[in-house]
Amino acid sequence: MEESLAITWRRIPERYRLLGTRCITCNGNYFPPRKICPKCRRKGKIENVQFTGKGKIYSFTTIFAPPSGFELEAPYVFAIVELDEGVRVTAQLVDCREEDVKIGSIVRMVFRRIAEDSDEGLLHYGFKFALVR
Amino acid sequence: MIGIVGYGVYVPKYRIKPEEIARVWGEEGERIRKGLGIEEKSVPGIDEDAATLAVEAARNSMAMAGILPEKIGALLVGSESHPYAVKPTATIVAEAVGAGPNIMSADLEFACKAGTSGMQYCMGLVGAGMISYGMAIGTDTSQGRPGDALEYTAGAGAAAYIIGREKTECIAEILATCSYATDTPDFWRRQHAEFPSHGGRFTGIPAYFKHVIASTQLLFEKTNTTAKDYDYIVFHQPNGKFPLEAAKKMGIDEGKLKLGLVTPVIGNTYSGASIIGLANVLDSAKAGEKILVTSFGSGAGSDSFAIEVTDVIESKRGKSPKLADYLVHKEYLDYGLYVKHRKKLKSL
Repeated sequence: MEESLAITWRRIPERYRLLGTRCITCNGNYFPPRKICPKCRRKGKIENVQFTGKGKIYSFTTIFAPPSGFELEAPYVFAIVELDEGVRVTAQLVDCREEDVKIGSIVRMVFRRIAEDSDEGLLHYGFKFALVR
Repeated sequence: MIGIVGYGVYVPKYRIKPEEIARVWGEEGERIRKGLGIEEKSVPGIDEDAATLAVEAARNSMAMAGILPEKIGALLVGSESHPYAVKPTATIVAEAVGAGPNIMSADLEFACKAGTSGMQYCMGLVGAGMISYGMAIGTDTSQGRPGDALEYTAGAGAAAYIIGREKTECIAEILATCSYATDTPDFWRRQHAEFPSHGGRFTGIPAYFKHVIASTQLLFEKTNTTAKDYDYIVFHQPNGKFPLEAAKKMGIDEGKLKLGLVTPVIGNTYSGASIIGLANVLDSAKAGEKILVTSFGSGAGSDSFAIEVTDVIESKRGKSPKLADYLVHKEYLDYGLYVKHRKKLKSL
């Protein structure tokens, strides 16, 4: 099912360049961005923070039976990446095979096409990660 | 001073050799490899297109320039493989690098020379004082009809250049630029057509050679220089042979073209081709060295630039990957995987 245009549009900054949020009361970083700090609640103050896109592999697996729209890319490595800012995100790892990857491998954010709605539909872009060699 | 504040390149990881393409179409691979001067060409990943290549090159140029993204006043993306027919690639790139929203942005198309056109427009905007910095990108995942001669050379890559005017920031000064253009039907792609058509041998003398030579000579006249005044010369490179032939016709020492001739190892990256070649020269050039660049876009036209490297380059080098870094880690595809990557099968 196609994502609504408004949701796609609203999420462009976080998807294109990992724009997250930080609570300046407790210094907690959040991704996806939050409007309220779950720790500080009403005492918290949230502001946008640009994550660097650098991190390391926390865990990973290989997807052999992909969801619709990702068939051409299978098999591909899918990972939980711990960013340098402490936040964990899930994303595809590009241009590698499972044997290239280790827990703790250093990765960096790359910009890739994520999905396309149909031949005449919208193209969705966003972050994936690549091994730093 | 108008100059280059930072530049960045990007070339995808995948490669295919002409012998592998020739195997499928019953051609002689070695003859084609030697005839075109192509050892291998780059192929985009399945999830890569002209916009994603442009973003990677743009991020690399930002890393070298060391400027805040919101300082970029214009962002122009030249390509003949923009992902959308209508909807700008430039706004995608601007958002991805954190530039804007107070930014002039537009997509350009002039076959293989839209990247250098963008550089000229940024020079004009910066020179007029309308903006402090402008980013020009040449990016392409170029198309070649299966079995056509273009399939052996059509590669994928991008280069981004940030143009500014502060002497303390410019890694190279752009001393002069000029252009030469005529209506020449050597290569085209109609709307909705998947692959370009071309005039075969007609793409040579009346198109590539006429425009590259005329524009280069115009630059010599404008700057009162000759080829001897330049340490490096970069010509548009649709294959590995044409630039060397153009140099020979002009009596230029072929050795001056070697460093900037990268099509033999990455293919013709169309809008990125001449400026990726320039990047390879800048990756190792020294302060005071002079570079001449002439692009070519079918249809047809050429832009020429006289560039002098400054000593600022030493302090900015190493802040972003060099072209050579993208040539180390590569993976070869067979024709079947290549067809999958380029989505050339209708059922895909």
